[in-house]
Amino acid sequence: MPPISRGFRRRQRDLPEGARLPPGQHLVDDFPVLSAGPTPHVPLDTWDLAVYVAVGESRRWDWDAFRALPAETVTVDIHCVTSWSKLGTVWEGVPVDTLLADADPFGAFVSVECDGGYTTNLPLEDVTNGKAWVAFAYDGAPLEPEHGGPARLLVPHLYFWKSAKWVRRIVVTEDDELGFWETLGYHRRGDPWREQRYSGD
Amino acid sequence: MSSAIPATDGRRAAWRVAAVREVVHETPAAVTLVLDVPGWPGHRAGQHVDVRLTAEDGYQAQRSYSIASAPEEPRVALTVERLDDGEVSPYLAEEVRPGDEFELRGPIGGWFTWSARQGGPLLLVAGGSGLVPLMAMLRHRRLARSEAATRLLVSASSPGELLYAGELEAVEAEPGIEVVRTFTRRAPDGWTGFARRVDRAMLEAVAWPPDAAPHVFVCGPSGFVETVAGHLVALRHDPDHVRTERFGATGG
Repeated sequence: MPPISRGFRRRQRDLPEGARLPPGQHLVDDFPVLSAGPTPHVPLDTWDLAVYVAVGESRRWDWDAFRALPAETVTVDIHCVTSWSKLGTVWEGVPVDTLLADADPFGAFVSVECDGGYTTNLPLEDVTNGKAWVAFAYDGAPLEPEHGGPARLLVPHLYFWKSAKWVRRIVVTEDDELGFWETLGYHRRGDPWREQRYSGD
Repeated sequence: MSSAIPATDGRRAAWRVAAVREVVHETPAAVTLVLDVPGWPGHRAGQHVDVRLTAEDGYQAQRSYSIASAPEEPRVALTVERLDDGEVSPYLAEEVRPGDEFELRGPIGGWFTWSARQGGPLLLVAGGSGLVPLMAMLRHRRLARSEAATRLLVSASSPGELLYAGELEAVEAEPGIEVVRTFTRRAPDGWTGFARRVDRAMLEAVAWPPDAAPHVFVCGPSGFVETVAGHLVALRHDPDHVRTERFGATGG
């Protein structure tokens, strides 16, 4: 039994009708920023996004080509491993399914590489079938650099460090190659509903 | 990104019961809780912990707090700043007394850390309670008898809100270390130091030149970190040497 904190009581407001929070999370209204280093600023005319689906098979879009892809507007709840959650966030982005259309991926995982050197790893099935986007707008406006602009991965069903900011490369891999935080003790998959915060959880 | 040591060695990090030994009132808004944590596996300077409180009705809340104590110290110290609309920090900052217990898990985070073995130069830039994990590094430097050339630039709104003010005076008497304070709202009478937000000119005056390739740690509110890290990169510091940790207004 955990010790009772004498006099401690819930001060969090009630959740909106129908909303749910994963275990150990609390609601915020603002949008905290977490990043391990300085925010990169890449001019759009040198930006590109590449997807490597197999050896010798890659696709590449410059900014204009990327923005010409069909995009979706999604409203999702997001959950940070530092225990904040934000409900009903509105994003616009290109489904990862679109980026992988008609591909025959070489492996069952992806390694995501970003400006600034950040990386993260995900099972391919966590970024396909309508579960992930490369987002370029938040709340109706272009994504700000400190929130990952010009474009970030959006994988709302996993802890938010998986939604890698400043994404540039999505590489299909045979093995689950641990990324930045995953190498530093955070969970390989990061499912908030199973509270997979740290390796071993 | 090669100094990777898994924070939990792949084992599930256990929730441990922490007993409060001492409560130190640092500023009107911040306290340090000095904790006995049986089974504590040790930590590196700069790491944090998750704290979990349990109410009488079973309701639980958890938050992350930076460790203020050095790895060499026998007890784990957390400095908690009260956020008025917070749920956990007002309790920790106002209600907790010696003898109270709560749960703690960690240490967590293997990136924002410095060890005396890495040497210097070391540049620490703190905004408000962002000083906490940097203080762990300064305490570690002292207890490990490191002589790493070190500069701390700390921004506080007023002298009364500067964390560890007395200890910082002792720190700057140590060899090889400089402490530079800036007060953004109210400076002491007769103050001749900086009295403004950290800006590019201030960083240029205080920071080591980029050629010195300092280990840089920046911690504070998100806007502070964004500004400082951006200036350091503009001053041609290698972004790979600038490690940041931010906290939002609603961390509490």
